[in-house]
Amino acid sequence: MAQPILEMRSITKRFPGVLALSDVNLVVERGAIHAICGENGAGKSTLMKVLSGVYPHGSYEGEIFYENAEVEFSNIRQSEAAGIAIIHQELALIPELSIAENIFLGNETVRRGVIDWNLANHRAIELMARVGLRENPLTRIKDLGVGKQQLVEIAKALSKDVKLLILDEPTAALNDDDSRHLLDLLKGLQGKGMTSIMISHKLNEIAQVADAITILRDGKTIETLDVRGGEVNEDRIIRGMVGRDLEHRFPDHTPQIGDVLFEARNWSVMHPQDHTRAVIRDANLTVRRGEIVGLAGLMGAGRTELARSIFGRSYGSRHQGTLMLDGQELKLRSVSDAIKAGIAYVSEDRKGLGLNLLDDIKTSIVSASLDKIRKGITVDEHAEVVAAEDYRRRLNIKTPSVRAGVGKLSGGNQQKVVLSKWMFTEPQFLILDEPTRGIDVGAKFEIYGIIQGLAQQGKGVLVISSELPELLGLCDRIYTLAEGVITHEFDREDADQEVLMRHMTADAR
Amino acid sequence: MSSLTTMLRGNIRQYGMIIALAAIVILFQITTDGVLLKPLNVSNLIVQNAHILILAIGMVIVIVARHIDLSVGSVAAFVGAVSAILMTKHDVHWLLAIVLCLALGALIGAWHGFWVAYVGIPAFIVTLSSMLLFRGLTLVVLEGATVGGLPENFKKMGNGFLPEVGPDTDLHNLTLILGVLVVAVLVVLDMRKRSVSKRYNVEVLPVWAFWAKQVVLAAVVLEFAYLLADARGLPIVGLILFALIAIYSFIMARTVFGRHVYAIGGNVDAATMSGVNTKRVDFLVMTNMGLLAGLAGMVTAARLTAANPKAGTNFELDAIAASFIGGAAVTGGVGTVVGAIVGGLVMGVLNNGMSLMGVSIDWQQAIKGLVLLLAVAFDVWNKKRTAGSGGAGAEDPDATQPPPEELAEQLDDGPSSAAPPRRL
Repeated sequence: MAQPILEMRSITKRFPGVLALSDVNLVVERGAIHAICGENGAGKSTLMKVLSGVYPHGSYEGEIFYENAEVEFSNIRQSEAAGIAIIHQELALIPELSIAENIFLGNETVRRGVIDWNLANHRAIELMARVGLRENPLTRIKDLGVGKQQLVEIAKALSKDVKLLILDEPTAALNDDDSRHLLDLLKGLQGKGMTSIMISHKLNEIAQVADAITILRDGKTIETLDVRGGEVNEDRIIRGMVGRDLEHRFPDHTPQIGDVLFEARNWSVMHPQDHTRAVIRDANLTVRRGEIVGLAGLMGAGRTELARSIFGRSYGSRHQGTLMLDGQELKLRSVSDAIKAGIAYVSEDRKGLGLNLLDDIKTSIVSASLDKIRKGITVDEHAEVVAAEDYRRRLNIKTPSVRAGVGKLSGGNQQKVVLSKWMFTEPQFLILDEPTRGIDVGAKFEIYGIIQGLAQQGKGVLVISSELPELLGLCDRIYTLAEGVITHEFDREDADQEVLMRHMTADAR
Repeated sequence: MSSLTTMLRGNIRQYGMIIALAAIVILFQITTDGVLLKPLNVSNLIVQNAHILILAIGMVIVIVARHIDLSVGSVAAFVGAVSAILMTKHDVHWLLAIVLCLALGALIGAWHGFWVAYVGIPAFIVTLSSMLLFRGLTLVVLEGATVGGLPENFKKMGNGFLPEVGPDTDLHNLTLILGVLVVAVLVVLDMRKRSVSKRYNVEVLPVWAFWAKQVVLAAVVLEFAYLLADARGLPIVGLILFALIAIYSFIMARTVFGRHVYAIGGNVDAATMSGVNTKRVDFLVMTNMGLLAGLAGMVTAARLTAANPKAGTNFELDAIAASFIGGAAVTGGVGTVVGAIVGGLVMGVLNNGMSLMGVSIDWQQAIKGLVLLLAVAFDVWNKKRTAGSGGAGAEDPDATQPPPEELAEQLDDGPSSAAPPRRL
């Protein structure tokens, strides 16, 4: 076994009332890609914050050995100086500044108090070459895609002469192409001696690139798997993460499919600002009662745009074509028209579009159906509590009270609140945009059960997801979308990941 | 007992400012040798601050809806000026003048609402423009001079008192009767709320605490009524103010419209995607501010018995400060009408107390500035403290949420960090 670059021994970290990490051990070999897996709340990010000095020495128990010496970081600057760089899930780049300015932010190429821009740009190009990014260093960050922004983050880390690179969910926001590029890059850096720690929910990626996997559960180290020995697959990792065999990642379900409920005919939508650019072109799509239909597409294919344009034209301009619900043509001018017609849209952006994080649970659940619980001009607060309690029980929202704030719930519970909110509008047709993004395996299983329950009640469900196994496991029928055009329609039996991917990447125009 | 402490802790932010107000009152009561709470001074406190409190009601709603209105001082001056011109130069009946000028205020508010809601110009810019525009128009309307000679009935709106009824006692009978009525209504409402809550199994205060609360509340209201009755009775502007507080608190806390205001302030995109007509809400919030600015302008003119081109200067700053001292958040979504009133009273008592102590006006200004900063700093500190006890999940709910069971425990012993308290 190669020499370890990092050893964390018996790390224990307490927050008031919570034991976040309990006696956690982590050994990372020099030059390895080491993955850390665990459900949300398992303590992965906390462990990395302990390592990088966000939680200073003294606020936790245990010892950290790095490069054969014990280290006691009391802030991020110290850990950075030692060659440890952490790249957070939410990128820390400044959109209005250029690539070069971002790379050297806080570490500017100063000569006698003045920034030497030529040198900065020159060095930025070198660093960008190391991560395979070919852009003008003067390009502003906001003009780059998320994938390239991620690369700029890594270039920024490399500029600091990093030896240990920590990536927190690096591919969460990336499409498959960008993810693959990023993983290749990690492999490439590994070839040059870089050690990386990678936190990820995407088990297939971990199984591909990682040399070792440490699994955390409930703040404890469960096991460290050596991938190079073989015999580590996704199911094996899941077993460690959840502490049980998830033989069925999807609940059993027998579809009972009825008549056509929703239909879009020749639906075309233009870009909201640029009225000549078609974002959705001649989309034809049907959803039957009791049916779960998938919509597969890469980022930028127009999945969310299609969903939101259906949902009361909340996206786009110059909508053309017809929408039918239950045999009636829909004339939707606003979101409230769509809600009244019986359509619900659960956004992919839970915090941005789904919830008001200042609200408590009960207020969130009734927020799209205040008409249901109004008495004259007032809100019937008792009806509100009754409704919220009902959904708390039915969807198993884990909270001591419906008066608790939604901002503090875990991702899975927040998602259940959003689902409750839309179920309470009593829709006929639900569009669920990435319903399981950022939530852990256990909660995913529950969400799948809820979705199937909705179908069972005779509602139609359209599920948008980046995770093809999820669509294949959940849906009765799947459409593929590429560049705003529906390229194919599959029955579940006829689809597998490869054919779906082929039609998602088809040249549609 | 435990339910009492948890409920108290959950509302600490709301009570914090009330406690601060009480502390300031006690402080000045001591330093002014009891002059502060002399009947006549309490009466003056209301009359002298009513216009700011009226503006604060509208302003806190604007701020909750994530906007700001810088024009209220100029709009108040302009509407006050128009009312004076109507009554003195055109012999319009005072009642008709009031109605017309309220409509004028609402129209000016609608002008702001149009630009803010439907064109999408930030309220800061729109109302900055109006601040200049209506200050200028006030000078134009008044031709640069002070216009006096207002009808007696109109002036009563600013410095009149309720009429006396019944036998001649040393006290103002109607004021006392109103005080008793208010106590009765408050107790009955709270009892009804309690019984309904019980029926729905919502946690309520224990019996003794409930009645203790009623006794304290009744004592405060009755003492206040007694003080006013001992002076000249309830000022008419006080009656207007109390009615506005009751109406707007009700609107913000209980109605669908109030929900929508908090929703767009908390997350406008989420509100849009929940079917809230956000433009309409923005429009109405700005319109309402104009209406109240008009009212405040007339109250000011009535109190000063004249319309003055310099009237209303810095009203907007006082109203905004009152809202923030009262717990409103700069980013929107948080704030209450009662909070803004308490904030306004903090400033009013500071003014009044320091004047009584003979502190010069320049120092008063400086001290008020520091109080605003301290009040908001306290709020920020308090928020951080409660967020800190939220543990790992507090900073990044998705990344390091404690396991559900532990989270549940954590929420159990600290609802102050879990329930966002804001609606009184």
